Amino acid sequence: MNLALVYARYQILENIRVPIAVISSAMFPALSLLFFVVPFDYAQEPTSATTAVAQLTVFSVMSSMLFTYGIGIAEERERSWDPYLRTLPAGAQPRIAGRFATGAVFMLLGLVPLLLVGAFGTAATITPTRLLLGIGSLLIAALPFLFGGLAIGYSLSAKTALPVVQIVFFPLAFAGGLLLPPAIFPSWLDTFSLVLPSRGARELVVWASVGTEPNMLALLVFALWIVATAGLAVWAYRRDEGQRFR
Amino acid sequence: MTEILARALGASRRYGDVVALDNVDLDVPAGSMIGLLGPNGAGKSTLLNLLVGLRRPTSGSVELFGGPPLDASRRQGLGMTPQQTGLPPTLRVNEVVDFVAAHYPDPMPVDEVLAQFGLSDKARKQTGALSGGQQRRLAVALAFVGRPRLAVLDEPTTGLDVGARRTLWDAIRTFHADGGTVLLTSHYLEEIEALAQRVVVLGGGKVLADGSVAEIRGQLARSTVSFRADSPDISKLNALPGAVAYRRDGERHVLQAADADELVRQLVISGMEFHDLEVRAASLEEAFLALTTTEKTGATR
Repeated sequence: MNLALVYARYQILENIRVPIAVISSAMFPALSLLFFVVPFDYAQEPTSATTAVAQLTVFSVMSSMLFTYGIGIAEERERSWDPYLRTLPAGAQPRIAGRFATGAVFMLLGLVPLLLVGAFGTAATITPTRLLLGIGSLLIAALPFLFGGLAIGYSLSAKTALPVVQIVFFPLAFAGGLLLPPAIFPSWLDTFSLVLPSRGARELVVWASVGTEPNMLALLVFALWIVATAGLAVWAYRRDEGQRFR
Repeated sequence: MTEILARALGASRRYGDVVALDNVDLDVPAGSMIGLLGPNGAGKSTLLNLLVGLRRPTSGSVELFGGPPLDASRRQGLGMTPQQTGLPPTLRVNEVVDFVAAHYPDPMPVDEVLAQFGLSDKARKQTGALSGGQQRRLAVALAFVGRPRLAVLDEPTTGLDVGARRTLWDAIRTFHADGGTVLLTSHYLEEIEALAQRVVVLGGGKVLADGSVAEIRGQLARSTVSFRADSPDISKLNALPGAVAYRRDGERHVLQAADADELVRQLVISGMEFHDLEVRAASLEEAFLALTTTEKTGATR
């Protein structure tokens, strides 16, 4: 079997046996939809319901990226298993590929229940073309959180990474318009929201899946976030290599 | 000529201002069983980390199977032990073995590995549910899964009871008898004696001694002579023939010597006043202290 698949298989096994990790990534977005959207009127209006589901997919992806990478890597770095793996006759590629595959699996695990609740519990509808566009945009939307997660995982201890992710996560989700649409924000919050990566990610995904005109400033800032977090991730990775393995 | 599986040439390693390894030369010939002995901080782990490619030397060079250890293909013939605390707690024992086996072209069958290390009935257990001793055995077993030519075992039996230790020793001996090469570290002189043919003593990042077990034992087999004295002449004590190290332990004056009887005879002849004389075999730690002290003052061993 391909080594990258072997790494992915065991990383998924390792993670899936921690029930809390599965519950938080798989159930939380679906439950949010169930409690915060389904009971209200706008769940029966197709455009606003689809928008609500689209927002929550960004929420779900942001959560899996920050938790699998931010906390997962920070924990891994503290175990002596990690240096042991480096003594096996495999380069870094299968491990990194395996890690991305694991992230993708947990991302899907979070999206499937959410989409099911959206499809059966609300008036949300989507054409096949828009669905594909939505999935594609979601992969791009994931980038700053993927890189941000890597930066956190490679630069902080597990003890620090957990509160940092938790502190960053909720304000980003709320102020980025992932739980409530920015249209109902007070104007100061709407303005502040534009500089957050979560807002840009939301604009992108809602644009792709619903067709709502995006806020261009938010998209521009979002692109800058991708560049900045990618830089941070590379910096943190190199710094960690330097401290532990040079 | 025997093939050299691993080699350090003038290898030094600094961590900031701390010199962990200082110009060390080491050859690991095929078929040998070498014990690295030294107190904590002597540089044993650093040397191993350099040889298996976890760290780069600050200066000097290291080779594994004739090439740089950082090159993954050079590690094909290497088997190493993870530290026990590091096993992934949610994976089952057989899964961990399978995972490691997937890295090698011709690994041992899982059942065989587990049987050899007395873990057959634990195959379906998560590693987090194993006792400390079982985790340790699994960790050591992983070094042999890929049928390596060179097994590097960092303190393989730390924390094991006597029975489990013997089981591991047997497994290591079997591997060696079948032509395998072993490089191991230990805190225990007894373990090195039981397993190693050649011993390398490290202290303060340097090689203090390198020789057969018998030779090293000769150097390390020291006795401690201690006594009380009201007004001892320290310089005279140090000058006693046969005394290799002196230290003060509370009210007691402690001397080390290869030949305790001779030292006592010399002490009496010197006419110095003493009482509460006590003679006992020096601990390994004391022997190391003596070795490192002589090294620092430049005296011959």
